[in-house]
Formats: sequence, C-alpha cells, structure tokens
Amino acid sequence: MDLSFGVDAVLLARIQFAFTVSFHFVFPAFTIGLASFLTVLNGMYLWTRDETYLQLFKYWLKIFAISFAMGVVSGIVMSYQFGTNWSVFSDLAGPVIGPLMAYEVLTAFFLEAGFLGIMLFGREKVGNTLHMVACVMVAVGTAISATWILSVNSWMQTPVGFSIDPDTGQFLPEDWWAIVFNPSFPYRLAHTLTAAYLTTAFIVGGVGAWHLLKGRVLNKGVLTMFSMAMWMAAVVAPLQIIVGHEHGLNTYEYQPTKVLAMEGHFDSYEDGVPLILFGIPDQAAGEMRYAVEIPRIGGPILNKPWDAQMDGLDTVPDELEPPVGIVFWSFRVMVGIGLLMTVVGLWSLVSRVRGRLYDDRWLHRAALVMAPSGLIAVLAGWITTEVGRQPFVVYGELLTAEAASPLGAAAVGASLVAFILIYFAIFGAGVVYILRLMATPPLPGQRGVREEPGPIRTAGIMPAEHQTGDMNKEGTA
Amino acid sequence: MEISLDLTVAWALLLAFAVYVYVILDGFDLGIGILYPFFPEKRDRDLLMNSVAPVWDGNETWLVLGGGGLFAAFPLAYAIIMPAVYPPVIAMLLALVFRGVAFEFRWRAARLFSRWFWDAAFIGGSVVAALTQGIILGALLQGIEVDGRAYGGGWWDWLSPFSLLCGAAVVAGYGLLGACWLNMKIEGEVQQKVRRLARLFGIATVAFIVAVSAATPFLEAAYFDRWLGWPGILYVAPVPVLVGLFTLLLARALLADGRDWLPFVLALGLFGLCFAGLGVSMWPYVIPTEVTLWEAASPYKSQLFMFVGAVVLVPVILAYTGYAYWVFRGKLDPEKGYH
Repeated sequence: MDLSFGVDAVLLARIQFAFTVSFHFVFPAFTIGLASFLTVLNGMYLWTRDETYLQLFKYWLKIFAISFAMGVVSGIVMSYQFGTNWSVFSDLAGPVIGPLMAYEVLTAFFLEAGFLGIMLFGREKVGNTLHMVACVMVAVGTAISATWILSVNSWMQTPVGFSIDPDTGQFLPEDWWAIVFNPSFPYRLAHTLTAAYLTTAFIVGGVGAWHLLKGRVLNKGVLTMFSMAMWMAAVVAPLQIIVGHEHGLNTYEYQPTKVLAMEGHFDSYEDGVPLILFGIPDQAAGEMRYAVEIPRIGGPILNKPWDAQMDGLDTVPDELEPPVGIVFWSFRVMVGIGLLMTVVGLWSLVSRVRGRLYDDRWLHRAALVMAPSGLIAVLAGWITTEVGRQPFVVYGELLTAEAASPLGAAAVGASLVAFILIYFAIFGAGVVYILRLMATPPLPGQRGVREEPGPIRTAGIMPAEHQTGDMNKEGTA
Repeated sequence: MEISLDLTVAWALLLAFAVYVYVILDGFDLGIGILYPFFPEKRDRDLLMNSVAPVWDGNETWLVLGGGGLFAAFPLAYAIIMPAVYPPVIAMLLALVFRGVAFEFRWRAARLFSRWFWDAAFIGGSVVAALTQGIILGALLQGIEVDGRAYGGGWWDWLSPFSLLCGAAVVAGYGLLGACWLNMKIEGEVQQKVRRLARLFGIATVAFIVAVSAATPFLEAAYFDRWLGWPGILYVAPVPVLVGLFTLLLARALLADGRDWLPFVLALGLFGLCFAGLGVSMWPYVIPTEVTLWEAASPYKSQLFMFVGAVVLVPVILAYTGYAYWVFRGKLDPEKGYH
C-alpha cells in the first residue's frame, strides 16, 4: 500500500512533527499552570486549614494525573522525533541544542517525575511539609522544562553564539551564554509561561462556571475555584497583551519577514503603514484581497512614526517567504482570543465589585465558552511562530527541506497514519475521562487519585453532602 | 586534545550508565505489564500496578536521558541510528504511549469493556516496548550501513533472526525483573505465584543470554577476535563465568524462601553483566565497526558544557530518586492502595 499520498517525505515529516508536537503541547500548556495552581491550593490549605482548599486540591489532582501522564508519553515521542525524522538537523545542530535538551532532562524531567509520585500518592507517607515540597518541586520542574525547551526553540528562531565547522557543516557552540539567552528567548519564555497560566485559569474558570450554571452555588469549592480563576484572568490577560506586543517587536527586529506575514503587508509603504484588520491573503499574486484596514496605525504599533516608510514582502524573494495565509490567520485567532480573555477578565472584576460574581449568569456562560480558549490560542500562537520562520528550521542558516532524514515517503507516511490513529484514540479517551471528572463537582471528603468511584464504597461516608444543596445529584451516581 | 578524548570516554560511560539504569528500572515496570496475563483477577492487577505507580514515570525519564544524551554527546550516532531503526523506534514510542496512559486510564474506566481495553493496552504496550528495545539493540549489534554522515541502508535492514532473538531476550529479561520486583513488594499467595513466574522467566532469560552470546561473535570478525581470540579471551572470560555464578545464586534464592530482596539484586547483577558484555563487544564503536565514539562525538565545548552539569546533577537526581523509592518502600497492603 502506498502511504505517501503523492506527497514528498519532507512535507510528511513536517506534518508528522506538527501533529505530534501540537498534541503534546496541549498537555504541558495545561499542566504547567495546573501544577502551580495545585501548589497554591495545597499551600492555602496548610496556611488556613480550610478544608475547601484540600477538597479542590484533590479534585484537580486527579485531572492533573491524567494530563501529566499524557504529556509525558507524548513528550517521549518528541525526544526521538528529532533523530527519526530530522536526522540531518540532529547531526548539524546537535552540538548546540543537544546540550540544552540534556539540561532539560537533568534539571526538569527528573525533578517532575521524581516528586510526582509523592505529590500524587505520598501525603500520608511523608507528611504535609514534605508533600508540599514535592508539589513545589513538580511546579518548579514544569517551569524549568519550559525554560530550556524555549531556549532551544528560540535559538532556532534567532541563532547566535556559534560558528560553522567547515568540514562537517555542524553548528559549533562558541558562547553558551549567548546561545541560551539568545535574543528572542526572554520574550518567548514570558509569553509562553503567561499563556500556560492563562490556559489553566480559563479551564478552571470554565469548570467553575459550569457548576455555577448547574446551580451549585452553595458548594464552596465551586465558588473558590471560579473566583481564583477570574482573579487570574483579570490580572494576567491584560499583562499577556503587553508581553505579546513586546514579543512581536522583538520578532520584527530579528525576523521581520514573519511579522510582515502576520500583518499581511505584501506591499511596501512610503508614507505611513496601515493596520490590516482582515483580508484574504493571495500570496501567488502578492496582494491582500478585500482588505479592511485602518490607515497609519500599523506604524506606531511597530514603534514607527505615523508617516513611516516600510519594506513589505515584495522586497523578499518568493522562495524565502513563509506561507502568508496560515501565519496571517493563526495570528488573528491568537490575538482575537487574547482580547476576548481580557474582556472576560475585566467583566469579572466589574461583577465582583458589584458583588454579583457568583450570580452573573452571562459571565458564567462566557467563562464556560472560553474554557478551551487558552489551548486554541496557544496552538494558534505556535503555528504563527513556527510557520512564520519557514522556509528555515534554523533561521537564516539551515533550510527545513535540507534537514530531514533520508527516509522514503512511504515510511514517514505509514508512521504518520499510525500516530494520527493512535493519538486520536488514546488522547480522545483521556479527554473524555478528564471531562467526566470535571462534570462532577468537588465534594466534601473528595476522593484521592486511587480511591475508586463506586456506589457501595462511597455510600454513607459523606454525611455532609446533603447539607450542601443539590450539587451531588449526579456526583456520586 | 587529550582532555577531549577523555571527555568522550566519560560521556560514553555516563550514557551507558543512563541506559543501564533505564533498562533495570523501566525493565521491572515493563515486566509488570509482561506478567499481567498471568494475573486475570482485577484485584491482583490493581496490586501489581500500584506497586510501580509512584515510580514508573521517573523510570521512563532515563530513556529520555539516554536519547537526549546520545543526541547531545554523539549527535552523528543519533542521526544515523534513529533512521536505521525507524520502524521499531516508532513502534516502541507508541507502545510506551499505550502503557503510560493505561496507568491512569485504567482507574477511570467506568465500563467493563474499557477496563479490559486498558488492561490489554498495558500488556501489549509493555510487551511491544520490551520487544522493540531488544530489536533495536540487535540491529545495532549486527551492524548498520553508513553512507557518509547518514544512514545508507533500507528500512527493513533491522529485521533479522538475530534482532528478533534479542527482542525475545529482552521480553524474558524484563519479565524476570518484574517478577523479582513483585517478590519484594507483595506478600501471600500472589507472592508465591510471582516466585514461580520468576523461576520460569529466569530460565528463559538465561537461555536467551546463552543464545545471544553464542551468536554475537559470528556477527562481526571484530567481535570474534575480542571474545574468542588469544590472549583477549583471558580478559573477557570473567564475564561469562560471573554470569554462570549469578545464575546459580539466583536459582538458589528463588527456590528458598526468605530474603525477598535477594533475587531482585541478583537479577540486576545479571543485567549488569550482560551490559558489560555488550560494552566489550562494541568498544570503541558507537555504531559497531562503522563509527567510533570519537568520530561521532560532539565538539569539546558541547561535551564540557553538559558534563559540568551532569557531574553535579546526576548524583542529586539519584539522591531524590532514591528518596522517592524509600518513601514507597516495603510490602504493599492490598487493602489500602494509595490515596
């Protein structure tokens, strides 16, 4: 059977990488924030001894365990994808990015995995204090992991601190400090971590909103999680707009072509740069069709004067342009969601001030709809930056098309089909299990990770539940 | 230049250590999956899985260190080996996906069918992961065709009777490790059953070690000279002799009751000896008889930058990994599980 679909091996390898990395990143994007949220909940419990926090900790811990497992197994795949599908890239760039990834394993993966068992199962065995330490270690581990892998990605976007071996063509490290703290790294790290926290905040807020809409207004756990999530949204969403803007300016400095594609500037401008809101990019013709634009705003957004002169994509050779349509639209999806998140965050502040945070049903509906928005925005953002640096894999230095493994299209196609079938089946099931857990409200006497659901065992051990309203109607069914 | 040579050897040893730690640690938890078919009762299966639930994730991280370390310290080897063993590597990764999620999904499965499905995923994933790891090892030992700085063979070259033999050997060996681990962690009737399985898998493992060892010298002239040439045979002879000794000790420990930790330790020793034998065969190559360690090594600056961190961090990792094992030490209480 021919599984190459008449497409060349490089494109199939790119699709495979994009598919596996997108599926993978969904889980860290959620668990980076969730690990911190759990640590805060556990800390609040130890500080206040309010059982609500413990109840919420156990509730989200079960969801965390599933998400984390899916993140780990899909992540192991990533650590081998470089060699299996991008062996030329591995050989050439290995001396520079290999050590950074080794540091990620040594400083982050072991830390997370080593303390995860204690975080999930060990409270009774090690006591509250060491259990809290384990939670902090897992949360810190997720952030360290993001730091290293974003340093790697950023170096591929803005490579510095290296020379090229004249014999082998390998990238040779010259200045590790410059490599790790390459020009786009601080911006990308801040933007991505903030995005992860926002993603988690909106998922937690969405779950809270769901239970509020179900009328579980007497469940203190529901109120607390919704309130905490909305605080996060109100504070972090506006911050993210500023961070994202700074990241964009940095990109314009080092990868101007990407920003031209994001903004849809096919044309050069002599007197003032417009801001193109929407349009249909036609890359073959090199023009934006049906453009809706605001004159002169585009300059100040890129820190240029009102009457700025700017080179457009018409000054870039065709073979060095990224696919403009994908970049233009994925960027708009990300920005649009970011703005909506800010609206929800500010709306929650207004409701809170008015004392209507828990009975503003339209806010709850909005928060519910926005629950997965962070995940969509994160993927759209990564599509923007990864497609936007094409045709290069190491920007300006190594072309993607020259970095792939010497594999036949059939081999790559067959493994791609296997990945797609298995990932959808497995992670689909995982999402169903997570949604099922989310659909039950947090209850007093919340069960732990390994305490099984079942009507016989739970009957009668939660005498308090009937006093807290109807929240458990389907909770124990 | 001399320092650079030493650093390359140091990295080879460090990576060998990481792979060994991976093999013994994930070996016993993959072994649990291999033994699952012998325990059809849900209650027993819960117990088996709980014996590794807090540690499997850390165990698997050593595989990432092995792959990541190879990428970083010997990028050329990583770039040649991965395409050469593309199908088994992809199969191994997908198998690990199945069994990894089964740890969590099994407990969330509401219906009988889905529980059955995730049990099957756990078994299938564990067996295929072990099998493909052995196949990858066999494919590496039997030789990989190199063309310039890239893999030069076809995409079925890895498949041979020898690589399949290595695959079966690893399945048997992980089964032995798993049984010895459970022998430490479990009491009562289940423990008795585990001990019987340990004997079974022990016999199979030793038989496979003999078969693989007998076949290896005939794969490459260099292996033959090293193992059977004179006077080299005097230096390498202790390895097979010690394998025989450990086999006897293991048999005795599994036949007598008491000292439940002993079979596990002896099984680790057996794996260590196989590993030493592997080192004897491959040295000084990373891809036997094609690419030496030094040819594949990343530049001095790359190796040094990582080495500084590894020297500090690996002991720290071993310390807190040891602590995590210590926390969950002792026999499991089947009534309790973890909360």
